[in-house]
Amino acid sequence: MSESNTPRHKQEVNPVLPETLADEVVLDVALDTADGAMAPSAVPATSQGGQIPHAAGGSVFRQIVSGNAMVSVLSVLLAIVLGGILMAVTNPKVAETAGYFFAQPGDMLTEVFRPYVALVQGSLFNWAGADAAAQLYPITETLTVSTPLICAGLGVALAFRAGLFNIGAQGQIIFGALFGAYVGFTWHLPFLVHLLVVIVAGLVGGAVWGAVVGLLKARTGAHEVIVTIMLNYIANFLLLFLLTTPAFQRKGSTNPISPFLDQSALFPELLGPQFRLHAGFLLAVVATAFVWWLLNRSTLGFEFRAVGANQSAARTAGINVPRAVILVMAIAGALAGLAGIAQVSGTEKYLSGGVAASIGFDAITVALLGRSTPWGTFFAGLLFGAFRAGGVAMQAQTQTPIDIVLVIQSLIVLFIAAPPLVRAIFGLNPRKKKKAPGGPGSGTIPSGKIESGAATA
Amino acid sequence: MSTTTTQPGSGTPAGNAPDRSGKPGVSELVSWKAGIGLSLLAILGTVLFGFMSNSKSAGFGIAEAANEAASNVAAWVTLVLALLLSAWLGYLWFVRRRSGPASGSGQLPGWLPPATVAAVVVLGLAALGVAKVSKITLPSAAIGWIAAVILLGLAGYTVYLTQAKKATPRWVGGTFAAVFLIGFMVWIVAGGNGDEPSISLAGLIAGSVTLAVPLVFGSLSGVLCERVGVVNIAIEGQLLLGAFSAAVVATVTHNVYAGLVAAAVAGSLVSLVLAVVSIKYLVNQIIVGVVLNVLISGLTSFLFSTLLTADPEGLNKPGRLPPVDIPFLSDIPIIGPILFHQSLVGYLMYVAVIVVYLGLFHTKWGLRVRAVGEHPQAADTVGINVNRTRFWNVLMGGAIAGIGGSFFTLVSVDAFSKDMSGGRGYIALAALIFGRWNPIGAFLAALLFGFADNLQSVITIIGSPVPSQFMAMLPYALTVFAVAGLVGRSRPPAASGIPYVKG
Repeated sequence: MSESNTPRHKQEVNPVLPETLADEVVLDVALDTADGAMAPSAVPATSQGGQIPHAAGGSVFRQIVSGNAMVSVLSVLLAIVLGGILMAVTNPKVAETAGYFFAQPGDMLTEVFRPYVALVQGSLFNWAGADAAAQLYPITETLTVSTPLICAGLGVALAFRAGLFNIGAQGQIIFGALFGAYVGFTWHLPFLVHLLVVIVAGLVGGAVWGAVVGLLKARTGAHEVIVTIMLNYIANFLLLFLLTTPAFQRKGSTNPISPFLDQSALFPELLGPQFRLHAGFLLAVVATAFVWWLLNRSTLGFEFRAVGANQSAARTAGINVPRAVILVMAIAGALAGLAGIAQVSGTEKYLSGGVAASIGFDAITVALLGRSTPWGTFFAGLLFGAFRAGGVAMQAQTQTPIDIVLVIQSLIVLFIAAPPLVRAIFGLNPRKKKKAPGGPGSGTIPSGKIESGAATA
Repeated sequence: MSTTTTQPGSGTPAGNAPDRSGKPGVSELVSWKAGIGLSLLAILGTVLFGFMSNSKSAGFGIAEAANEAASNVAAWVTLVLALLLSAWLGYLWFVRRRSGPASGSGQLPGWLPPATVAAVVVLGLAALGVAKVSKITLPSAAIGWIAAVILLGLAGYTVYLTQAKKATPRWVGGTFAAVFLIGFMVWIVAGGNGDEPSISLAGLIAGSVTLAVPLVFGSLSGVLCERVGVVNIAIEGQLLLGAFSAAVVATVTHNVYAGLVAAAVAGSLVSLVLAVVSIKYLVNQIIVGVVLNVLISGLTSFLFSTLLTADPEGLNKPGRLPPVDIPFLSDIPIIGPILFHQSLVGYLMYVAVIVVYLGLFHTKWGLRVRAVGEHPQAADTVGINVNRTRFWNVLMGGAIAGIGGSFFTLVSVDAFSKDMSGGRGYIALAALIFGRWNPIGAFLAALLFGFADNLQSVITIIGSPVPSQFMAMLPYALTVFAVAGLVGRSRPPAASGIPYVKG
């Protein structure tokens, strides 16, 4: 959706055409790193908008099944299967029923699939619910949980596109939540105005913490991965400290939690009080649209992408690289700050030490799964939100620890990051052909069809 | 403010040639970073140690030995050895000073200044041991003001040098750090509860070394990987899986040493995934590292919740590696209990640091490894198999980090629990950068971080003017300063993070 609209750059002469998909990866990497002269960008070259001419080895069918969209689907499938095996192996009931597998195979299969059934029931649709509300509750829960994931994921994705590896969403969420919550429970403003002020405060908080990274990167060349990891810890300890001070601690409480935010500072509930779904989700949709516009329709976004694709070229073209780096980190921080607001103003309604949970780290996997495109990130956020929401239900119903969700999520990202690995597992890698004597144009179709599938994911 | 840094290479002590000869600095552009950084820290030190000091005195307890006679002998022997060593070093300095600037080859051997500092410290400690001093008490306000004045002076000197376009010599930074540390310690202990607050210095340092063990192993793993051009963010995962496997295997086999081996295998298993995915499939190394950490965290937590909690007796009761005293050495007062009263993992740490250092910088293998990390094309040209070198180094790094992970379950606590590495893999990463990609540097940085960690828990007990959260922040803040170039300059291996494609 996003990438397909960007102007494509057609190359007339292709000096080197890769023969196989493995060569294709090699070519991508060589292109991405300028033949090893610079660090690779955070996003694979294929999803950066430009087109890299590739040979289409084999039939049209093989192109489709070995395309990136297919790889994404297969990755999710593979991760779910591996997660299922892990759960089955560790479940004593499965071993029990496996003893009479040939007599009654249904028993074992039920046991094997039970956690996943619970997961679907807890994240999409609960067909065992008594009324419509109970049946639809899971899907609203998924949307609620995915709201901060989407916002923070957008922040990570945006920085990826500018070639910056933003591991710092965690700290930026904390800062957003810190600023927003403080405004939310100390100031007392009328309805709507208050919420607006809280949102702005959260955006500013996240932006400040993000801009620090950008500033250090642009001015001193400090590696953003290290800086963001360290700033996460600093933000976390700062939050823990502030929650012990009178300004933030709830009156009459010895626990490190803040007072509840004013009613006027909370997101309105979208579907009534029996659901947790709040207007923050709409904000996440707006944010996604904004990032899409920013990246694909604005000058600034073009500069970001240019910096991400090749800093030296961007500098030569007259783009102020330090400014772009600082700005993109500030905006990424603001998006993560929005996730913090979704937490304090929507889901939690107060500030605590665990306000950011592991959203900041999940956001990285969300952005990676979404291939750093805005709408891809959006849907990846929904998927991981479903895993989270369903995981809670699964743990309650089947005593399967929710940690399995982490395993499945990380496996998905690992597989998606390495398409040749997945193709190899499913035997989709085209066999190496003998080098065609004709070189370019000998029956190969230089086309971008392979990538476009993934870019729209 | 100029951001251009032109400093002499790290092999030569910075700036001492222009210093001695009095000629203008070798570099035209001298960074203001050092001046500004030191000035800010000096002002901070003055405010804290000077203006915010109190009238109490700070006590530093020095542990008494278990075996009086043996300890006495050991102390005397150490004192004599330290004296001899100091005399020899002094002679070297003397010779150098006489012939140095005139002969033109006035380069100090790189090891001389640190060796001198070490000798002086050992000498001082041995003297304390011989004199049977059991406690030092310092007036906090006086020490605080003295420290503040020295800090301001050093900062002023740096600013003056920068203005005169000269590079700041290294000893300024070192002295600054030492004085700051002393001032800080006195201030923070004097801020404790009671009339005469005191802490046990030996206990504090011994605890720091213990806490630093996993950090040292983790950062050595990082050094091995980064020096060969692979960014290893997965240290956290290697530590965690090492801890997990050590616990499970040691319990199942009833043998802690089997657990140790299993930890190394587990660590290299994580590395195997990192190596295959990033070297063979050319996936961004940072992505793989981050994802592996999540994967291992999820996997170990899942297995812990399902299998280990169901049968803790049969799967999660590894037993401990007992601490081993090295005869004679462990009797040396102060130094002995700190350095030579460790578990097997602790001693392995010293071995690992020395082996990695010598291996990287004094063998053919090390030269090849560093060539691959700095310029893989050139290394390939002279016939080094880049990707194979990378592969084996990453595996070795994983094994080392895995052994570090076994510290959690075989030495520190004798059972595995969820996410028990608690982010130490990331601190190890910080130590590696703070130590400038050098095994010795990483070791010292890890010790510093272990010290900060231990100090935090010690001062929470005695009560302190600084909230413990800020103490906990310290390693991270220091690392940010380090990578921003405010505290010295750190430069990663040139090809770190760049996959190599032959072609």
